[in-house]
Amino acid sequence: MADGGEVKLLGFWGSPYALRVIWALKLKQVPYDYLEEDLPNNKSSLLLQYNPVHKKVPVLVHHGKPIAESLVILEYIDETWKQSPLLPQDPSERARARFWAKFADEKCMPAMKAVFCSEGEEQQKAVLEARETLKTLESGLEGKLFFGGETINFADVATGYIGFWARIVEEITGTSLIDAESMPSLDAWSKRFLELPIIKECMPPWDKLIELNSGFLKMYLASLK
Amino acid sequence: MANPKEVELLGLWVSPFVRRVEWALKLKGIAYDYIEEDILNKSPLLLRLNPVHQKVPVLVHGGRVVSESLLILEYIDETWKQSPLLPRDPYDRAMARFWASVAEGKVLENAWIALNSEGEEKERAVQLATEALGHIEGVIKGKAFFGGEGIGYLDLAIGWVSHWLPVWDEVGSMKIFDPAKFPTTVAWAGRFVEHPVIKEKLPPRDKMVVYFRDKRSRIMASKSHV
Repeated sequence: MADGGEVKLLGFWGSPYALRVIWALKLKQVPYDYLEEDLPNNKSSLLLQYNPVHKKVPVLVHHGKPIAESLVILEYIDETWKQSPLLPQDPSERARARFWAKFADEKCMPAMKAVFCSEGEEQQKAVLEARETLKTLESGLEGKLFFGGETINFADVATGYIGFWARIVEEITGTSLIDAESMPSLDAWSKRFLELPIIKECMPPWDKLIELNSGFLKMYLASLK
Repeated sequence: MANPKEVELLGLWVSPFVRRVEWALKLKGIAYDYIEEDILNKSPLLLRLNPVHQKVPVLVHGGRVVSESLLILEYIDETWKQSPLLPRDPYDRAMARFWASVAEGKVLENAWIALNSEGEEKERAVQLATEALGHIEGVIKGKAFFGGEGIGYLDLAIGWVSHWLPVWDEVGSMKIFDPAKFPTTVAWAGRFVEHPVIKEKLPPRDKMVVYFRDKRSRIMASKSHV
């Protein structure tokens, strides 16, 4: 195991972006100190100092040097601790893994947020759009068990949060996003990924995630009035 | 050096994302075939190679297909090792990627919105782009380029600021690229556009003005029909 020196992670228990960094650290068995931020209203001065541009978690601090943006952090972790590599060796396979990570963040998540933050006809439209993005994400699996093939890779760790985030939105809004009939491959992958022991043991309790996000939704709807 | 037919690039003459990839290929001395796409009339080739986004640039190398310009830069850097674009040290690499994501997500995205909107929406976008550029102003820290003595990944990622942003400022009647506010960035931009590899691949300014003016009109017109 590489001597990584002191590793700290500033996170928030409800953040999927912090969670995927935790998954990466756990998969590589990198020891770290975890600092819980009191979000959204009480950001620590440490967070503001370490991430002045975005003021967000996660922030990884290694040898006292901070790194923000979870996908940038994942790449850093993979380059610094070589055991259990996340990215494949081949450059075009690496590009493919990064492509799907980017797609999930830039297309799937915003589309699901739009479902979350809308009502009635607008929500119905948002659901259709979100399902389109999820269908496209499914195409990235190419019928395999994981984005990494037989085992998980960078793309699975980066996009795995989509699996449970979709269920959170489904439960709170009463809509259907990942449908087992029209997206069998994605549906199976999301369940399979979340059942992996290391992944599962880091998951925050389901009822707390529902409570947290229901609370966010209430605040958001109240702010519109 | 690669056989000319081995590397193909699908592009659009005015796209800063395509130019990034061409700069990278040129800096590494990689020969390639360039295929100009008509974005209003996308070719079957483009639709087949990039079904997800249907956008340029798309790099084709010995049958492998890579899309998304920043991902193409990483692919190029990993495949051809001469004249490295990213630094060696993992922390420096993380910083280059982080600032590229800030330039893309906060400067470019907001500058584009500002260009193609008006009123409050425009004002807010100008403010956000300016704020983000303010963060980037501190990054170059006395070096000639973001990459140090020579051009690197971050220069290529931010490169659009040097030649496209002034055009967008003109067409959008705004001033994000302000020498008074960002002397270091503006000085870097001057050096960047004078670099022989970069200079060779800049689209003509007058044509860009026409293109973005026309595009802005079309976008604004489609908004008013909502």
